[in-house]
Amino acid sequence: MTTLPTTAADRRVSTTRAFLGVLGRDVAVTGREFGSFLSQVLVQPFFLLFVFGKVLSQLGYIAPGYAQLLLPGLLALNAFLVAVQAVALPLVIDFSYTKEIEDRLLAPLSTRMVAVEKIVFGAVRGMIGSLVMIPVGYLVLDQVTWHLGGLPESALLLVLGALAGGAAGLVIGTAVSPRRINIVFAVVITPLLFTGSTQFPFLQISSLRWFQVICALNPITYVAEGLRGALTPQIPHLPGWVCFGALVLACLLFGAIGIQGFVRRALD
Amino acid sequence: MAAPVSNRRALPPDPPVASRHVSIETRAARPDRSAPQAAPPAVEVADLVKRYPKAKGNAVDGISFAVAPGEVFGLLGPNGAGKTTTIGVLTTRVRKTAGRATVAGIDVAADPVGARAVLGVVPQRPNLDRSLDARANLVWHAAYHGVPRARRGPLADELLERMGLADKAGTNPDELSGGQAQRLIIARGLMHDPRVLFLDEPSTGLDPQARLFVHDRVAELAAGGVTIVLTTHDMDEAAKLADRVGIVDHGRLLALDTPAALVAGLSGSATVDLAVTGADATVLRDRLAAVRGTAGAEVLEDGAGTARLRARVDGEAGAALPGLLDEVAAAGGRVLDVALGEPTLEDVFIDLTGRGLR
Repeated sequence: MTTLPTTAADRRVSTTRAFLGVLGRDVAVTGREFGSFLSQVLVQPFFLLFVFGKVLSQLGYIAPGYAQLLLPGLLALNAFLVAVQAVALPLVIDFSYTKEIEDRLLAPLSTRMVAVEKIVFGAVRGMIGSLVMIPVGYLVLDQVTWHLGGLPESALLLVLGALAGGAAGLVIGTAVSPRRINIVFAVVITPLLFTGSTQFPFLQISSLRWFQVICALNPITYVAEGLRGALTPQIPHLPGWVCFGALVLACLLFGAIGIQGFVRRALD
Repeated sequence: MAAPVSNRRALPPDPPVASRHVSIETRAARPDRSAPQAAPPAVEVADLVKRYPKAKGNAVDGISFAVAPGEVFGLLGPNGAGKTTTIGVLTTRVRKTAGRATVAGIDVAADPVGARAVLGVVPQRPNLDRSLDARANLVWHAAYHGVPRARRGPLADELLERMGLADKAGTNPDELSGGQAQRLIIARGLMHDPRVLFLDEPSTGLDPQARLFVHDRVAELAAGGVTIVLTTHDMDEAAKLADRVGIVDHGRLLALDTPAALVAGLSGSATVDLAVTGADATVLRDRLAAVRGTAGAEVLEDGAGTARLRARVDGEAGAALPGLLDEVAAAGGRVLDVALGEPTLEDVFIDLTGRGLR
């Protein structure tokens, strides 16, 4: 006769295992629909890249070398925005309608760790969304030369940018009601798209002071500027420590607000 | 029966369903053979209070009860009585305002993570993961609970088989019927071999066949030693499944006993209806009310030489019948028809919670 473990300690599941289980589910679901995920991720930046980096420069409206400036910006953009969307929209639907997340909330894992898993998962999607832009950029654009020594620093910046995006997605996903999610996406995502210093170098818009201030509030600015510093240092850029500092701050701030919001929604 | 999830205690032979009913009163009191003497309760709730922010009153207002290991415990009450909130606190999804709640000896507020490892939940609303097929719902649930990878698949197949879903393994939850989805949710709740399974209105919205299947599975689980706490507003379900029933209303526990004892405790709710001719209805009513064991009598209908009367009796209706018939004869009347009404859990329920609509 087998005996039941009699104390709670016998039953205790390690946090790492439970966390990996919950993360594994999200990754597996993404893997199963990888084709549609890629098309979601690639279409918008591809057209930005194509029109601004290729069409306009071939017509002579944009100076040659603009593509050099644009590509790191689009990597930054995708890392952050793909992560935001990976977390925010499913959470809004989960908490309001389907309640599908409940089974994971009942996993032997603290509710905060389930929230952290959401951020990490968003960051994984953001990283993939960003990295697939590299081959696309090389295919579409003519003149892209990167300082390869800056790759490790770039990778770290993208990870931080994607984590900040996942955390921002957690804030939106737990604070916005499903009736408002469309309007929030319209009024939040589009401005993020154009104030992230992705299409222009931050330091060179000093003549538009008010716009520069707005751009300084967008975390994407620091990913884009940091990437330029690492990959295309000839373009004027913010110093690396400013970028890292701002991104760590963004992760902590959005992370704290998002996790708090998640716990509030998860527990009555 | 297939060997259930390993590390569950060995099963006693499956009792036939009927014998479970006969032994309803003794089952709760029977010491659990495989557990040490004076085993701690599987679930314990003491003076539990839950007040939602901005609510006028307490959703749960000082409920206390204990569930023995292996027992099937039913929380019965009208909608909004506080059943689901109580289950919510026990399953770590609702934060208590005051009081104490433990599952398998673990304080759910102090150690929610530990509690989640030993409890399984079948929620009121289906919440299956629609990004995954039926089998993957089970397999990933096991992964969340740290079940070793090699055991997840065989365990999922075994539970799908037991729940009659073997041919639905690859089906998306969207395409399952209500009954199939409910069975899959029960299977999911069992994947990590919980000590206590909470079922919140397990058969609401199911057709009779699916209900019976769910009832049989619940009985089978109980026979296998899993402690079960279920909520329902279905009296028959509570009477059929539960060893003991707690009747809850307005956040308070109004009564707690075996279904049979609850019904027996209800005085004057067994009824004897008589159709009588040849005697004055009012006089007869007074004479019937005076018969030993009768709690009261009333005239239901009086017309065209035939009167219909109802006597409310303590205890069983049949026991009071001879005395009542003698009294009719003594009054010179003739009995045309007799109907006996035994009280049910529904009468207890209505007696305690009233008839008003919620």
